[in-house]
Amino acid sequence: MASPSRRFLDLLEQHGYNYFTGVPCSLFEGVTRILDAEPRYGYLSAVREDSALGIAAGAYLGGRQPVVFMQNSGLGVSMNALVSLHQIYDIPALLVISWRGEGGKSGNDAPEHLIMGDVMTPLLQLLRIPFAVFEPPTLAPDIDRLTCTMHETRRPVALVVGKGRLQS
Amino acid sequence: MTRAYAVARAADAVDAAAANGPDCLTVVCNGMIGRELYAHADTPSRFYMIGSMGLASSIGLGLAIVQPARTVVVFDGDGNVLMNMGTLGSVAAAAPANFYHIVFDNAAHGSTGDQRTISDRVPLDAVARAAGYRSVVRVRDEHALAGALQSWFSTRGPAMLVVDVERGNQPGIGRVDPSPTELTARFRARATLKTHSA
Repeated sequence: MASPSRRFLDLLEQHGYNYFTGVPCSLFEGVTRILDAEPRYGYLSAVREDSALGIAAGAYLGGRQPVVFMQNSGLGVSMNALVSLHQIYDIPALLVISWRGEGGKSGNDAPEHLIMGDVMTPLLQLLRIPFAVFEPPTLAPDIDRLTCTMHETRRPVALVVGKGRLQS
Repeated sequence: MTRAYAVARAADAVDAAAANGPDCLTVVCNGMIGRELYAHADTPSRFYMIGSMGLASSIGLGLAIVQPARTVVVFDGDGNVLMNMGTLGSVAAAAPANFYHIVFDNAAHGSTGDQRTISDRVPLDAVARAAGYRSVVRVRDEHALAGALQSWFSTRGPAMLVVDVERGNQPGIGRVDPSPTELTARFRARATLKTHSA
């Protein structure tokens, strides 16, 4: 049977996503391994998350539907690109964001991830970015719903990926 | 030379190249450069980035990769390039042959009052060359600019042209008129237009 990461990428392609860029995280290392190994995805490994968002915007302007992968630390880096590029220019994208520091308690993760782990979902709400948390039983309908919202609003939406979902 | 002069000559060269070859799509950075380009000659093939400083080159890179048959030109400033200098590496690594990067360098943040940047001490042409751009040229006067622009679009990209310009802004220059969403709609329609029978 295909790995969770392979099935996830297939699901994204079935929903019309056809451009992939981002910055890696260990929580979705299974996905990045496939993207890096298979040239047909045209995956562009960006140097910063906001640059990945810019590249995704360019790909959208050129006719593609992009996905941007990032660790949640990169959400902090991306804030200005989201609010002063994508959201004001009507540029849709699916953000796949890892949830390091989930729960915000020391012992759960390294110290540098705890605050972002704690504030990430309120931050997404504050930024008016609709999101779903990756849960295998509801993944397909969640991607369906997020993609519909993204096309209707022409704005970014996010899928939040916790530990153990896309590491293989 | 003034920045507005250099922007106008570069825009004329882009439009001449588009008239004689593949369509040219221009992404222009935020600040005065975009306003000067808009005031000189607007067309739907220009995308004016009004926020997200530092990302014009990233937008141009994504566009150049997915539209390899189009010529993609990025109008940039020294402050913008410095703000996301890592993108020079991304451009060089992806190496799209259709990517043309023109940097108007006055070693200052023009839109906020000409506060100095560091490009007088960190030469951006040397940085782009070291990153791996295929061709890098710096010009310092009108004559050299005209000469460089004449053959620039037949150079294989990624190519950078750095133009030394004076500080100072044109008084009373307008802002980019179309709304951001209008700019997206018209530019995307142009960028995805099937212009060739192939």
